Amino acid sequence: MTVRRPWRLGLRFVALGYLALLLLIPVGVVFYRTFEHGFGAVWDSVSTPAAVSAFWLTIEVTAIAVPLNTIFGIVMALALARGRFPGKGLLNAAIDLPFAISPIVIGLSLVLVYGTTGWFGQDLANAGIHVIFSVPGIVLATIFVSLPFVVREVTPVLREVGNEQEQAAATLGANGWQTFWRITLPAIRWGVAYGVVLSVARAIGEFGAVSVVSGRIAGETQTLTLLVDNRYGNFDIAGAYSAATLLALIALVTLLAMTVIRPRREENE
Amino acid sequence: MIAATNITKRFGDFVALDDVSLEVPDGSLTALLGPSGSGKSTLLRIIGGLEAPDAGQVLINDRDATTTSPQRRGIGFVFQHYAAFKHMTVRDNVAFGLKVRKQPKARIKERVDELLGIVGLAGYAERYPSQLSGGQRQRMALARALAVEPEVLLLDEPFGALDARVRTELREWLRRLHEEVHVTTLLVTHDQEEAMSIADHIAVMDHGRIEQVGAPRDLYDQPANPFVMSFLGPVSKLGSKLVRPHDISLSQIAVEGAAQAMVSRIVHLGFEVRVDLMLAEGEAVEVQLTRHEADELELHVDDIVWLRSAGAPALSA
Amino acid sequence: MSTTALTPRPVRRRAARSPSGALGLGVATLWLSIIVLLPLAAVVAKGLDGGTGTFWTAITTKQSLAALRFTVLVSLLTAVVNSFFGTMIAWVLVRDRFRGKRIINALIDLPFALPTIVAGIVLLSLYGKGSPVGISVSYTQSAVLLAFLFVTLPFVIRAVQPVLIELDREMEQAAISLGASNLTVFRRIVLPNLVPAILSGAALAFARAIGEFGSVVLISGNIPLHTQVSSVYIFNLIESDAPISAAAVATVLMLVSLVVLLAIRGFGRWGARYERVLERDGR
Repeated sequence: MTVRRPWRLGLRFVALGYLALLLLIPVGVVFYRTFEHGFGAVWDSVSTPAAVSAFWLTIEVTAIAVPLNTIFGIVMALALARGRFPGKGLLNAAIDLPFAISPIVIGLSLVLVYGTTGWFGQDLANAGIHVIFSVPGIVLATIFVSLPFVVREVTPVLREVGNEQEQAAATLGANGWQTFWRITLPAIRWGVAYGVVLSVARAIGEFGAVSVVSGRIAGETQTLTLLVDNRYGNFDIAGAYSAATLLALIALVTLLAMTVIRPRREENE
Repeated sequence: MIAATNITKRFGDFVALDDVSLEVPDGSLTALLGPSGSGKSTLLRIIGGLEAPDAGQVLINDRDATTTSPQRRGIGFVFQHYAAFKHMTVRDNVAFGLKVRKQPKARIKERVDELLGIVGLAGYAERYPSQLSGGQRQRMALARALAVEPEVLLLDEPFGALDARVRTELREWLRRLHEEVHVTTLLVTHDQEEAMSIADHIAVMDHGRIEQVGAPRDLYDQPANPFVMSFLGPVSKLGSKLVRPHDISLSQIAVEGAAQAMVSRIVHLGFEVRVDLMLAEGEAVEVQLTRHEADELELHVDDIVWLRSAGAPALSA
Repeated sequence: MSTTALTPRPVRRRAARSPSGALGLGVATLWLSIIVLLPLAAVVAKGLDGGTGTFWTAITTKQSLAALRFTVLVSLLTAVVNSFFGTMIAWVLVRDRFRGKRIINALIDLPFALPTIVAGIVLLSLYGKGSPVGISVSYTQSAVLLAFLFVTLPFVIRAVQPVLIELDREMEQAAISLGASNLTVFRRIVLPNLVPAILSGAALAFARAIGEFGSVVLISGNIPLHTQVSSVYIFNLIESDAPISAAAVATVLMLVSLVVLLAIRGFGRWGARYERVLERDGR
C-alpha cells in the first residue's frame, strides 16, 4: 500500500501525537519537576535512611526472587518444550495466571494462605516464621507476579532451536548435565537474559501485591514503590517525585537492556 | 557389526517399523534406501539410541545396546541438518566429544588438527558454523562424529540438505574417506543413485519393512519384487513382465514371441536415446538405446517395430 | 540378511529424555502450586466461607457492583481506544520512515518497564492538580481511563507490529493492480489480516486494565460509586478487615480475568487458521 504523502504525514502526526501526550511528555515532566530545584535536593531526598533502606530492601527482594524464578523458568520451559506428559496444556495455562490476575488479588491470596489467620499462618507463626507484614511475604508476592517471564521467553526459543544439537551432544558422549551446560544453556542464553531483565523490572516495580502483604513499616518492610506512595500520601510531593524518578531511571536502563538483548535473542537461525 | 533384530516401533496408530531385522557387516558401508515414511530414519535413530523401539534388540559389536543410552553406544551420528553447535568454533565443535571425555588438551588439539586435515577444513578451525557453506558444515559434523573414534558411524540423509553438485562431490569424498578409516557405516538415503554409487550393501525399505538386502548390482539385476525394481531404476511393462528399458531389444522385422509396437517419440539425450512406443493393445512402453544402436536402426516416428526382453531376467508384474 | 531367531521382547520405555527430567518437572509444578495455585484456591475458598448467600451479598452491594461495572466499562473503552491508536502507531512504526523511529520504538515498552505507582505519578505531574498546562483530571472518571490507556499502551502495538512486518506486500500490490483504492486495500486486505492480532492485543489490554491498581490509586481519588475501581475496592475491604467480602469480589474479578485469558487463546488459534490450512495443503 503506497500512501500519499499528506496522508502519511497526517497518520504520523496523529500517532506520534498520541504517544507524546500519553507517554513521552508526562515522563519528561516528571524528570523536569524532579530536578527543578537542583540535583542536591534530589540527592538529599533519595539518601534519607528510609529511602536507603527501601532501596536495599528492593534489591534484596529482587535478588532472591529473580534467581529462583530463573531456575523455575528454565526447568518449566524445558518440560513444556521437550517433555510429553499428561496435563501439559493445563500447566501451560496455569503459568499465565500471574499475568491475568490483579496484583491486589495476588496480595490477598497470599494473606489468606500465609497470614496469621490463613491456612498455614498459625503453624508458621508457631514455628517462628512470619510471612505476611514481613520480608518473606514481600518476596513471595514478588515471585508470584514475576513467575511467568522466564518461562514465556525461553519456551519459544527452545522450540526454535530444536533438540538436534542436544541429540548430537548425546551421541558424542555428553551426559545430561554436560549437554545442558554446554549446548542447551548457551543456545537459549539470550532468551534467558531477556526473561531475567523483564523479571527484574517487574520485581523492582511491583506495587499492588506488595502493598497488601508488606505492612509498610518504614525502614523494615517498605520497598521503593511503597516509599513513593507513602511520600505522596504524606504530601511530600518532591520526595515522591525523587523516588519515582529513581525508579523511572531503573526502567530506562531496563528498556536499554531489552533493546540490546532483543536482536540477539532473535538470532537463532 | 550392527545387528538389529525384530525391531517394532509405533507412533500412535502409525507403524513406523514392523518387525524389522538388519545386519551391517564389519567395515562395510551399508545404505538404508527407501521413500520418505518408509521407516529408514526411525531404524537408524533406534540403532543410535535416539529413539527407543517398542520391541526388538540392537547389538553393536555383539553387545546388547537396546537400552544403552546414546552416550555409551560408541556411535558417531551425523544429522541431515548438521546439528552444528552454533555458539562454538569449528575446532570446539570437533573437540566436543573429546572434551566431555576429559581427554588431555594436547591430545585433543592433535586429534582435532588431524581430523580437520582429513575433512579438508584445516584452515577453518577458528570459524563459526555460520561462516561455513553447507558442504563444509557437514564435513565438520563428520569430523566431529569421527573424533571420538566411534565403533559405528550412522549418517541420516547426510547430503539431503545440500545442492546437487555439492552432493555428488561429498558422495565421492565419503566413499574415499570410508576406504581410509574403514569404520562400519550405516547411511540413510532416499536417493537410489547415491546408494548405488557409494554403498557395498543396500537394504531397501518400504512401509516399515525391509524389502531386500544385497549388493547394489544384485539388487538392480535381481530385484525381489516390483517395488525394489522400480525404486532402483526405470521400469517398462512389456506384456505381463517388468523389464528395464535398456533390456528391451528392438527389431524392425517380426520375431516370434515379440510384441508389436509403433514408435511415438524419439528423444536424443547425448549418449542415450529414449524411444517411446505404443503397443498394439494401446499401452505405452519406454525403451533406452545407445546412440550407436539407434543410428543402426534408423528409427522414425510411426515406424512399426517388434519388442522383446533381451535375455535379462524380468519380474512378473 | 541373516538373523538369529530371537523372540521380540518388550523394551523398557525410558522416561521423557528431557534434561530437566521427571524430577525437575515435579519440583517446578510443586513450586507453581505453592506460590500460585494454592493461594488462588484460598481466595475462592475464603469467598465461599460464609456460604453462597454471603458470597452473593458481598458481590452485590451497591459499592461492589458500581466498582465492577465502572472497571469493566473503562477497561472496554481502554481496549477500544488503544486498539485504534495502537494499530495506527504500529503502522507508522512499520511502514513510515522518520528520524528517531528506533528510539520511539524502544520507548513503546516504557509502560511495561515503569512501576505502576510511578506511572500514576507521571500522569499526575502533567494532568493532576497544579498541572503545568492547566488540565486537571484528578478525581474524575477520565483519570482512570487515562491511567488504563497509559499502562496498556504497548499491548496492541506489540501484537500488531510483527504481523504487519510479515504481511506479504505482494497481496497489497496485487489488490492495487486490480484497481483497489488505498482505503479499500486497507479495509479489505490489510485489516482482515491484522484483526486476530488486534483482538488478542485488545484482550490483553482489557485483562490488564481489569486488575490495574498502582497507576489509578493516586490519580482517581477512589471515590466510592464514582471513580473507585474493583481492585481499589478490594484493597479497602482488606484494609478494613473484611477478608470474606474481599475474597468474594476478588473471585469475581479472577473469573473475568480467566474468561479473557481463554478468549486470548481462542484468538491465537483463530489467527493461525490460514497458516494451518496452508501447511496441510503443503503435505
